[in-house]
Amino acid sequence: MTVPAYVSPDQWISDRADFARRGVGRGYAVVVARCADGICMVAHNPSRSLHQTSEIHDRIGFAAVGRYNEYEQLRVAGIRLADIRAYAYGPLDVTGLALATTYAQVIGANFASMNEKPYEVELAVAELGRTRPADQIFRISWDGSVSDGIAPTVLGPMSQDRRDTINEFITDSTPLDDAVRCAAAALTASSDAAIADELEVSILDPRTGGRRTFRRLGRDRVRAFWSAS
Amino acid sequence: MIQPWGTMLPAPYLAAGSDSFTEFTRLVSPDLLPPTSLDTSMPELLRHGTTIVALKYNSGVVICGDRRATMGSLIAQDDIEKVFGADGISVLGVTGAVGLAIEMVRLFQTELEHYEKIEGRPLSLDGRAARLAILVRSNLAMAVLGIAVIPVFAGWDAFRHRGRIFSYDGTGGRNEEHAFCTAGTGSIFATATLKKRHRLDMDRNEAVQLAVRAIYDAASDDAATTGPDLSRGVYPVVVVADEDGVTRIATENVALVAKRLVDEITESNESS
Repeated sequence: MTVPAYVSPDQWISDRADFARRGVGRGYAVVVARCADGICMVAHNPSRSLHQTSEIHDRIGFAAVGRYNEYEQLRVAGIRLADIRAYAYGPLDVTGLALATTYAQVIGANFASMNEKPYEVELAVAELGRTRPADQIFRISWDGSVSDGIAPTVLGPMSQDRRDTINEFITDSTPLDDAVRCAAAALTASSDAAIADELEVSILDPRTGGRRTFRRLGRDRVRAFWSAS
Repeated sequence: MIQPWGTMLPAPYLAAGSDSFTEFTRLVSPDLLPPTSLDTSMPELLRHGTTIVALKYNSGVVICGDRRATMGSLIAQDDIEKVFGADGISVLGVTGAVGLAIEMVRLFQTELEHYEKIEGRPLSLDGRAARLAILVRSNLAMAVLGIAVIPVFAGWDAFRHRGRIFSYDGTGGRNEEHAFCTAGTGSIFATATLKKRHRLDMDRNEAVQLAVRAIYDAASDDAATTGPDLSRGVYPVVVVADEDGVTRIATENVALVAKRLVDEITESNESS
């Protein structure tokens, strides 16, 4: 019987972390931020069909960077979990915290499992509160670590000074068009209107009047953010 | 069964699989779905929802249901609602075993929303009608025992740019209706009214009036159907689906239509 070569846990974790970090670092970033009109999610995503932002439930949105097949699997799992929860109990019993915790459990267990490849994804779960101060944005990293807060959240690769710019300029009183332009400038280093065609923009909008607050903004609507100014 | 929440997920959640909520629920938590067998001697099962009518007009469809649920010769409930918006463009009315019918509505609503979230776009109107047929068929074993649920489905088809109506039988058989359809115990009487008075070029107000009249006529011949109850302010539920989506007609407006109808009938009786 052969004994596997000893690898120290430090080395093992650090190898897996490097692998996952490289995977996430390859794609484009996504910005999730509270603005005056709700919580907006802006992705630099030239594709019109492979979305990086999505609706999970009435007041909960999802954003992701990394490998498409992996975050799509997690997105669908989130929708299944939320819908079955709402069906078994009620829509008010679906919470962003529990969803973020579930994602953290799944990703964290996978990261620590010898037999599986670590997820190469970073996720955000954005939840519109019953009142605006109760909004929450959870960020779940490739090792299952979670952070939460109300500050703008950037998933994926972005330099620190651009993150600082976003933190400074997008607040809960920034109008949607300003927030999207600011996020786009940070994501693409361009303030040109042509960039609108490469953006995917969604919003959780508390003023839709209905139970479901998620809206995906069409390219025309996004383009108008540049022509109006 | 307790649902996982903030914990590790069972494997089916992470597996590539169905975009159908019902099929997924059958895998992970079948106890949440409506039962497929019951002891039919339970008196609750005799609760029975009654008449639904659906009719087309020049720019959409109207669907209307009375408010009664019966239990044998008793009135079980006189303000029950049996017509629901299924989603933004379609409407569902249910007749038959009330408990199962209401569950079927909830399941169908969840089914449509679940599909839309996973696929990123809603089902076509035909797709919705087909999904509903599957839900009806899954109740077939119960229908054989006399606990059938028969829905009527109607909605606005954005591709064909017209309202459409689908009727069902207990086996899940689905049939698209050309002009109107009825379901439930009062349906033969409501059909008689619609046959004489319905025109496809009616406007929305005429269609709403005719729907309420059909329910009124059904109520006067069928003990299990109730007409507008002016004294207690309980009126049929009327929902319209057109290009602008699904709108439930406000109770005040249904009350006006009902009062006008009752006045008209009173006058014609007095003059004869």
